[in-house]
Amino acid sequence: MTTANPETGYNFGYLDEGTKRMIRRAILKAIAIPGYQVPFAAREMPMPYGWGTGGVQVTAAILGKHDVLKVIDQGSDDTTNAVSIRAFFARTADVAVTTRTRDATVIQTRHRIPEAPLRDGQVLVYQVPIPEPLRFLEPRETETRQLHALAEYGLMHVKLYEDIARHGHIATTYAYPVEVAGRYVMDPSPTPKFDNPKMDDCPALQLFGAGREKRIYAVPPHTRVKSLDFEDHPFRVQTFDRPCALCGAEGVYLDEVLLDDAGGRMFVCSDTDHCEERRAEGHLGTGGMETAHA
Amino acid sequence: MYVAVKGGEAAIANAHRLLAETRRGDTAVPELSVAQIREQMALLVDRVMTEGSLHDPDLAALALKQARGDLIEAVFLVRAYRTTLPRFGASEPVETGAMSLRRRISATYKDLPGGQVLGPTFDYTHRLIDFALAAEGEAPVAAESEPLPDAAHAPRVTDLLGQDGLIEPSAPDDGTPPGDLTREPLDFPADRALRLQALARGDEGFVLALGYSTQRGYGRTHPFVGEIRVGTVAVEFVPEELGFPVPLGEIDLTECQMVNQFHGSAEVPPQFTRGYGLAFGQSERKAMAMALVDRALRAEELGEPLGAPAQDQEFVLAHCDALQATGFVEHLKLPHYVDFQAELELVLRLRAEHAARNAAPAMKEAAE
Amino acid sequence: MSGRSMLARGFADPVHDAQGVFRAVMDALARPGTIQALATDLAPPAPLTSELAALALALADADAPLWLDAGLARNPAVAGFLRFHTGARIGEDPAEAAFALISDPAACPDFGAFAQGTPAYPDRSATLVLAVSDLSDREGWRLDGPGIRDSARLAASPLPADIASRLARNHAGFPEGIDLIFAAPGRLAALPRSTRIAGA
Repeated sequence: MTTANPETGYNFGYLDEGTKRMIRRAILKAIAIPGYQVPFAAREMPMPYGWGTGGVQVTAAILGKHDVLKVIDQGSDDTTNAVSIRAFFARTADVAVTTRTRDATVIQTRHRIPEAPLRDGQVLVYQVPIPEPLRFLEPRETETRQLHALAEYGLMHVKLYEDIARHGHIATTYAYPVEVAGRYVMDPSPTPKFDNPKMDDCPALQLFGAGREKRIYAVPPHTRVKSLDFEDHPFRVQTFDRPCALCGAEGVYLDEVLLDDAGGRMFVCSDTDHCEERRAEGHLGTGGMETAHA
Repeated sequence: MYVAVKGGEAAIANAHRLLAETRRGDTAVPELSVAQIREQMALLVDRVMTEGSLHDPDLAALALKQARGDLIEAVFLVRAYRTTLPRFGASEPVETGAMSLRRRISATYKDLPGGQVLGPTFDYTHRLIDFALAAEGEAPVAAESEPLPDAAHAPRVTDLLGQDGLIEPSAPDDGTPPGDLTREPLDFPADRALRLQALARGDEGFVLALGYSTQRGYGRTHPFVGEIRVGTVAVEFVPEELGFPVPLGEIDLTECQMVNQFHGSAEVPPQFTRGYGLAFGQSERKAMAMALVDRALRAEELGEPLGAPAQDQEFVLAHCDALQATGFVEHLKLPHYVDFQAELELVLRLRAEHAARNAAPAMKEAAE
Repeated sequence: MSGRSMLARGFADPVHDAQGVFRAVMDALARPGTIQALATDLAPPAPLTSELAALALALADADAPLWLDAGLARNPAVAGFLRFHTGARIGEDPAEAAFALISDPAACPDFGAFAQGTPAYPDRSATLVLAVSDLSDREGWRLDGPGIRDSARLAASPLPADIASRLARNHAGFPEGIDLIFAAPGRLAALPRSTRIAGA
């Protein structure tokens, strides 16, 4: 049964109850088979494909009235699409929203995992454009499905090794493939590989929604998530040789901001909540600008 | 001093206001009514209904108005609205053989029962800009009505061919309800009903180009237009509690039956094969292109050589939807700076290594 | 009150009650061995427990058929209640069910009777909901696998005598297999196929 809110004309969380049940069943199977992509009948949403329709459907299906929702895009709560999705749920589900990672029960994200450690009981919902990690090596769904069924991932290792042969490094810098719980190879969505280690043994439940491609997958809490690599070329994350110019944080992911047309630039936290919190605690960066790439 | 970008919310609100203003355009010009769009942009309305999978001319016209005439945006509005509608069930199959005809042509027979009825068509117009229309002149003189054939006396060309066994029979209805790709994720290989559904919803331009490619040798099917018919059919529904069909109303359809490349074997005498297209309203180009691609997608079933794009169902079905295509193409304008930074870091590192290698040319030469 | 003359009502708040049940199941499957609270005020016809009823109402519908064990199938009011509130098909063949409701878990049919999924589509598999009377996370099996921080324990009863070997076989078939939800009065826990079990 669907009970429309008289103010919005739509059900709680926009989706009708039948659609929510269908998505919920897919989520339960996704959790039971970590890293496996469960097909689901994604609906047309009132925002375009590519804007996070998969994440929005997953969030809409799990959200309850006591949840506190945070939405980030590129690590930031204030990018336009994050604002737009947060406003969508504030309007259709009337849930509490926050920008603080630690206060949120559900965090929907595009392209980043928050810097602050996630905790037990939180759910991180990823927006996924291309859920199939093998898609760019084999465009056919019928083929990739067989490869997953047989756990035949040689193709992926060959690709990564060709990178090494050509560039001396694995040239995949985001959407870096991972192996989940020793079985399925999974696309972590286009997060920079910097964030991959945060997925491993993460206390939060991680759910992935791909609307256009109609797939849902999951990583339960405290699950082994291993970035693919080789003994002679172990997985390594990006490092930044400078702290955040605003809050002085080190070991975090930084955005490069161009300041002028003379090569002036500065590097600041991509996770705006983390940066603001640090500044509120009194941490300050140099605020300085640099010229040209080091 | 740089301050982290703020104000996304205000920016969005402003953009919405600007959009509303731009949509209206010059307020000295009278506003278009939905009825005007429905009546005078009828082919556009038909296309929005077809690709939007919802037969509602008023809603499609409203969507076009709201979308500033952007076709895909209008389809998007209709589809997003359609998702929220409750479903009561599936109608009975419509009987196009009993269509009340407005137009009916065959390219395979000069004359046939029921005759050729040109109806309202651009086909033989000279494409000269009619400046009289700019003057907003008087209503055109009513055309002398062509004698319209009685539906009972205008059988489908494929039924005529079928009587003589000259065309493969349509697959019999085995009672299995056809799939619904708005309710089930598309799975490959998809059966013909699902493929037709995807093509009907598919972008007209994409389906047209694929159909065209089959005519140029990429999966040739030797098509003849057996028949195109445009008109009105009744829609009936059997409510669970009644158990008999009740009429819901009428809808306008365009149906195209292509008669294609014949097949035969030691057991079966040669027979023509079918390609099928169906669209809401008067959408001939779409129905024809769809029929070509439908036939091309049957290549494997008919044991024909494979390899052309239009024969490849994973390629065709995964890319024919305008909403999916436009969404993923246009999402490139969303911020990607986190991933770009990751790529930039790698390129800078590779360039540094490259420079270091080139800085020691003597060693390199020695190595060679 | 006679079940024949009056149909027991469904969720008082269909949207939020269903969401609450789903989140309890989601948390239980995501963290095998943890016990989640499941508050429900449903009063379905016996022997359908209110927890089994709540799970069915939250997750089953016309696209997700149910299967009832012999005890539940004996009282036609149970099927009547479930059909009315979920619209789900209730089939004879356990292999066709998305959810199997088991009121007498000691007599639970062999897991092989239920859909296991296929190598390409392991998700096309059943979830068994067993109405147990006792549930504890302080004793019983030692669990390990996705969702479990080091290790966890779980005991549920009553269950078939050979439950340990059934669970071991179910896990060995990963990624195919079934998933289990144990629903005790007011509480539930889950064992997805991904969980390894040591000792019984």
